Amino acid sequence: MNRFTLVRLPTLQAASERVAKAPKTRRFRAGGIDLLDLLKEGLDAPDELVELRAIGGSAGEAMRGITTKDGAWSIGALVTLAQLAEFEDLGTAFAAVRDAAGSAATPGIRNAATLAGNLLQRPRCWYYRHVDLECLKKGGSQCFALTGDNRYHAILGGGPSFIVHPSTLAVALLAHDATVAITNAKGERTLPIAELFALPTVDPEREHTLASGDVITALTLPKAGAGQRSAYATAKEKASHDWPLGEAAVRCRIVDGKMLDVRVALGHVAPIPWRSQEAEGVLEGATPSAELFVKAAGAALAKAKPLDHNGYKIPLVAGLLRDALHRVTGLAE
Amino acid sequence: MTSPTLTRRGLLRGAGTASVLASCAKPNADDASNAPAVSDATAPAEIGPGAVSVAFNLNGKPATVQVEPRVTLLDALRIDLGVTGPKLVCDRGACGACTVLVDGRPRNACMMLAHDVAGANVTTIEGLGAGDSPSALQAAFVRHDALQCGFCTSGMLTSCAALLQRIGPNGAKLTAQTVREAISGNLCRCGTYPHVVAAVLEVAGATPLSKAAVTP
Repeated sequence: MNRFTLVRLPTLQAASERVAKAPKTRRFRAGGIDLLDLLKEGLDAPDELVELRAIGGSAGEAMRGITTKDGAWSIGALVTLAQLAEFEDLGTAFAAVRDAAGSAATPGIRNAATLAGNLLQRPRCWYYRHVDLECLKKGGSQCFALTGDNRYHAILGGGPSFIVHPSTLAVALLAHDATVAITNAKGERTLPIAELFALPTVDPEREHTLASGDVITALTLPKAGAGQRSAYATAKEKASHDWPLGEAAVRCRIVDGKMLDVRVALGHVAPIPWRSQEAEGVLEGATPSAELFVKAAGAALAKAKPLDHNGYKIPLVAGLLRDALHRVTGLAE
Repeated sequence: MTSPTLTRRGLLRGAGTASVLASCAKPNADDASNAPAVSDATAPAEIGPGAVSVAFNLNGKPATVQVEPRVTLLDALRIDLGVTGPKLVCDRGACGACTVLVDGRPRNACMMLAHDVAGANVTTIEGLGAGDSPSALQAAFVRHDALQCGFCTSGMLTSCAALLQRIGPNGAKLTAQTVREAISGNLCRCGTYPHVVAAVLEVAGATPLSKAAVTP
């Protein structure tokens, strides 16, 4: 690991400007889990780590807290996965968010890793993570997953890079139509979470749309409608802790026995957290049934194009989506 | 022992003058896991890249170590302070052999910097009891044969100690599943997991389980 300076500035403004001035050699640091991993592997070698946890005042407080206003929840970017998983007040209306937070990584990592850090971590692709391989994501000319061992790679939205997005929280937050609050030296803005992520067709070296100096300060979950519930399902090779092979999150309202305002998000299938409007179209306004869920899962994966070694993801993710649908509608009980 | 579980009451307790409409919720006062990196406004804005002194509380005693910012807490403990209970194995937060408690929460010492714990309380296996005076948990590990090669054991014990502190007087309600979740970040290649679960349940005062119940 290279030598670096830890920079602890008390205001968000100063921290943002510090990184924006030299974005190639300065990094923001929150929980620092993925960052330390990248430094240890030699994939990144910044001169300065600007610590977001040093930000004080009301801005720092908001980044560390969970707030409710008019039924919407604002979750600070520095809230740890453990804190989010333990936050019981989110209730069944936002169950997918807590379950996703509690399923990521290990207890020790969840006590350090932050909400925004989870959204912005770099992909786990073994070609990307190998320091000696100059893959497309590192400015090279090809994605080695296309012809290599691609058992964990994308079945939807792939090309020219075939990574899967690594964030578990993003899948649940996408199902909840969360908005991202961003601050930089020029001011504040918000973004629907779907627009935080970009397919590799835009720029294969980046997974998000943030500019240098942009800091995510909070994620907002819109007010739950009457009868709202959500569910998250994941499958891993190792039951205790592991990276997901696939994930599904569903949010809906059940009114008079019908599913309304349905959102379906899939994880670890595409280079971005993947919303399935095809599945939503099958489910919206319909009466929950096992047969309906089979149809919805089929629609969600109809356009999937597996690579040589990841065809298993199609039935796996179909099963995960059906599991989440059974649980969110109470058919599993 | 106050539970570090994040609850609405705990979040709001520290809110102070926050308005009612947008009550700004802070984490539980006992939960420092996302606490400010600096609590002192006069602290230097830049640390390093050369060695800088960092002071914290180690196993109940003040400790100071002079390290570069890039030095992990694990390296500072093992190399600079000679506290070798936490083990270096994967160095990527995947195995849990380096687990220590930072302000009561289990953390991977290999995935944090020594300068992250300035002013914090760090507890290693050495702080739980050692030599002739093992803690009740350590004694139960011995009784239940909860270790074989022993390389994961210090991490297992710190994770389990954090669980027991968190559960507090509700130990009797502790389930095998909760223990399994608490040690899900601690890899044991000898496969001692069922014995670890049994040892923890016994110390917690939970109903002893039949062998079948603790075997996955």
